[in-house]
Amino acid sequence: MTAKELKDKSIELRRKTLEIIYNAKAGHTGGSLSIMDILNVLYNRIMNVSPENFNDANRDRYIQSKGHSVEALYTVLADRGFFPEEDLMTLCQYQSPYIGHPTKGVNGMEQNTGGLGHGLPICCGNALAAKKDNSGVKVYTVLGDGEMAEGSNWEAMMFAAHYKLDNLCAILDYNKLQITGSNAEVMGLEPVAKKLEAFGWAVKEVDGHDYDALIETFESLPFEEGKPSFVIAHTVKGKGVSFMENNIKWHHGVPSAEQMEMAREELLIKEEV
Amino acid sequence: MMNSLEQLEMETKEIKNEVLLGKPNLEVFSATMQKLAETDRGIMAVTSDSRGSGKLVPFGQKFPEQIVEVGIAEQNLVGVATGLAAMGKKAFAVSPACFLTARSLEQIKNDVCYSDNPVKLIGISAGVSYGALGSTHHSLHDYAVLRAINNITIVAPADNFETEAAIRSAAEMETPVYIRFGKKAMPQNLGSIDFEFGKGRVLKEGSDLTFVATGEGVWPAYQAALKLEEEGIHATVLSIHTIKPLDTGLIEKFASNGQPILTVEEHSVNGGLGEAVASHLFQNGFRNKFKIVGLPDDHTVHGSQVEIFDHYGISEEGLTKTAIELLK
Ligand SMILES: Cc1ncc(C[n+]2csc(CCOP(=O)(O)OP(=O)(O)O)c2C)c(N)n1
Ligand SMILES: [Mg+2]
Repeated sequence: MTAKELKDKSIELRRKTLEIIYNAKAGHTGGSLSIMDILNVLYNRIMNVSPENFNDANRDRYIQSKGHSVEALYTVLADRGFFPEEDLMTLCQYQSPYIGHPTKGVNGMEQNTGGLGHGLPICCGNALAAKKDNSGVKVYTVLGDGEMAEGSNWEAMMFAAHYKLDNLCAILDYNKLQITGSNAEVMGLEPVAKKLEAFGWAVKEVDGHDYDALIETFESLPFEEGKPSFVIAHTVKGKGVSFMENNIKWHHGVPSAEQMEMAREELLIKEEV
Repeated sequence: MMNSLEQLEMETKEIKNEVLLGKPNLEVFSATMQKLAETDRGIMAVTSDSRGSGKLVPFGQKFPEQIVEVGIAEQNLVGVATGLAAMGKKAFAVSPACFLTARSLEQIKNDVCYSDNPVKLIGISAGVSYGALGSTHHSLHDYAVLRAINNITIVAPADNFETEAAIRSAAEMETPVYIRFGKKAMPQNLGSIDFEFGKGRVLKEGSDLTFVATGEGVWPAYQAALKLEEEGIHATVLSIHTIKPLDTGLIEKFASNGQPILTVEEHSVNGGLGEAVASHLFQNGFRNKFKIVGLPDDHTVHGSQVEIFDHYGISEEGLTKTAIELLK
């Protein structure tokens, strides 16, 4: 899909994500909206993964390390045809497979995540196996910026550089907010690009909502041969709905009926532009 | 000076009833890994600066493509092993049991068990094998924590035979498994040559009491049973190499005569084999006299593995005494 087509799609994807959260009365709204454009580009343009090849050992792998933003992933997978969209109306209901974090019980999910700091180590194992098998498989993960405080990530970063895993791409959803406040208030992450480079990664910074820039960035993988790639995607938590943007209240805030109506209207205007 | 062969023969003779002393289970593990890797390129050993302690240096030299070093990073050890397993590799995550089942417990719970990745977790130098290195290096909690996590088989082989069989079975397993053992020489084989995860082995039969033992607690239980024989007391000895799933059928069979039951394990008395057996039997109407022998809920005494075992009565002498007490 072209950047324009993806961008148009993103408005619909954002609306659907809000609808399922509104319906379930639960969800991680802000972080789902901040990774929506990244997932849209990965699944609809970059990765070699589809419902047709999902059982093929040579498919690309995506493991969402910041598992809490599962609603965005559900919406993108449904849109991609992994399961019917209506299924998502059962989100978080008794015995529904669509729970508040990714699980393999849902078609298209690679691993169960939800505890932060677990995705990157698993991706390292995936990427190393792919290297050993010469399979050409590429491995992707999205991490939260608050999540970066987990030590396991830094263990995995040392590993990925040591094994020259240039088939691995980690993406930082750099929305600058976590639960309690900003990263700067809770646990400073800066200078993150320098830290990642010092850990042996090739790093690119990108506007995580700019489709041309995202496509260009992902299409230039690996950034450097013999090095794992880190994309620092500057994003806005709650992106797309003005009153949700940059506000920690929307980390797992659920819209009221009135707020939902406001969000729908805002997105409708964007669609018409 | 005696050469080591003569020494081994001497030690062997000292073991009563024709039980042949073998190698440390740790060495059996590494030898088995080599045999498996020869014909199976999918076998992977993942280590956390632990290849020396895991006796895997020759393995690494022979199969450099099949060993993955993660450095001293046990969370990443289990994460990487998970990622390898998810790509179809037979990944053995090998690390001292103390670190593997504590530092990486969340990875075991989420990435391996919950996410259903068939990682083989190998806890080396388990229990109090590290002796005087102290409690940082002891794993007396591993059965307890892993028993409370679903989708994992927990195994503690008693002898060399069980160790080799367990490693071979693990390689073929499609669900998570944890195997732990020590580094002290163990008998070659205390029983028959039948092995299946979840099926205990009957090493000796007697009608006066039953030892239900696991791992390196089995041998002292066996020795105690022989000692008791001299006093006219006939004991059954079960090697429950699989702590979960527990062979409840076998345990019930030997409990049904109503005689006392003595469980033996190199683990805290809280949450291990003894409590698993007690819980099953009590819930199923059994009221046998019952004693759990293991490490008490206390700071562990300092000493070698043997000294610690002796201190807490996990020994021929200690278990003989406890058995006689229980029979009173
Ligand atoms: C190990 C672990 N600790 C705590 C949590 C609870 N938790 C879920 S989301 C979150 C904040 C994450 O912040 P960030 O990584 O910045 O994510 P985002 O802003 O993208 O939502 C926390 C603390 C968790 N899921 N896992
Ligand atoms: Mg954040």
